[in-house]
Amino acid sequence: MNRRKFIKKSLMTVAALGTFSALLIKPKRVYAAWPKASFDITDLSKSINSVYGHNDLSETTKVKLKVPDIAENGAIVPINVKTSLKDVESIMLFVENNPQPLAGGCMLSAKSKPVIGTRIKMGQTSNVIAAVKSNGKVYSASKEVKVTIGGCGG
Amino acid sequence: MSTIKIKAKESKGFVTVRALVKHPMETGQRKNKKTGEKIPAHFIQEVTCKANGEEVINVYWGPAVSKNPYLTFVYEGSKGDAIELSWLDNQGNRDSNKATVK
Repeated sequence: MNRRKFIKKSLMTVAALGTFSALLIKPKRVYAAWPKASFDITDLSKSINSVYGHNDLSETTKVKLKVPDIAENGAIVPINVKTSLKDVESIMLFVENNPQPLAGGCMLSAKSKPVIGTRIKMGQTSNVIAAVKSNGKVYSASKEVKVTIGGCGG
Repeated sequence: MSTIKIKAKESKGFVTVRALVKHPMETGQRKNKKTGEKIPAHFIQEVTCKANGEEVINVYWGPAVSKNPYLTFVYEGSKGDAIELSWLDNQGNRDSNKATVK
């Protein structure tokens, strides 16, 4: 191999390596990871379908959903979900009568216990559903919360 | 000042993390009463929490989460773990804060 060829080749290798490492450095999680489509759906069953690919929720007492019976202020409804199920992958929260039923979801790692709590807004009296995905199956618990003042209007 | 307040406490091998974020969580459905114009949506979409550099929970939130959202979760850990919580909203803002498990 003559010198010129050698330089050309080595430069190309360097360039190729450069692009390759640039690809590697890219962040694992990109901005579009947030499931926008699921959050935009306005119908409960379609919303569940878009998250899990089916509507097959099996109601169980193993999922404990703690919400107030009556929420005086729909802007702040405390919600706690707990389950004795094993290998929980995710916990999703749905509010049936909200403009967009999907309120939020948690992706759990192997280290985290399936216990979460947060506060949500509710526009009107509605069923609140907590769906827990464990071992590929989806379990749920639901409860009605009566709202005296809605939290979505202004 | 960070927008996040974190409290993490260990008990019997499990760490309970409680976090409070200062954020308007605007749904995009409210109207400005004076002008009648819609207030654009502004809410946190993703919250991630790492303990000692390892991701323990990844939360997706929609506009239905309350203003100044609160989050609590439990993971298997020990005293002195370094916790880092970060959020990203729909307008591209982000913030993070660190805490040590007590």
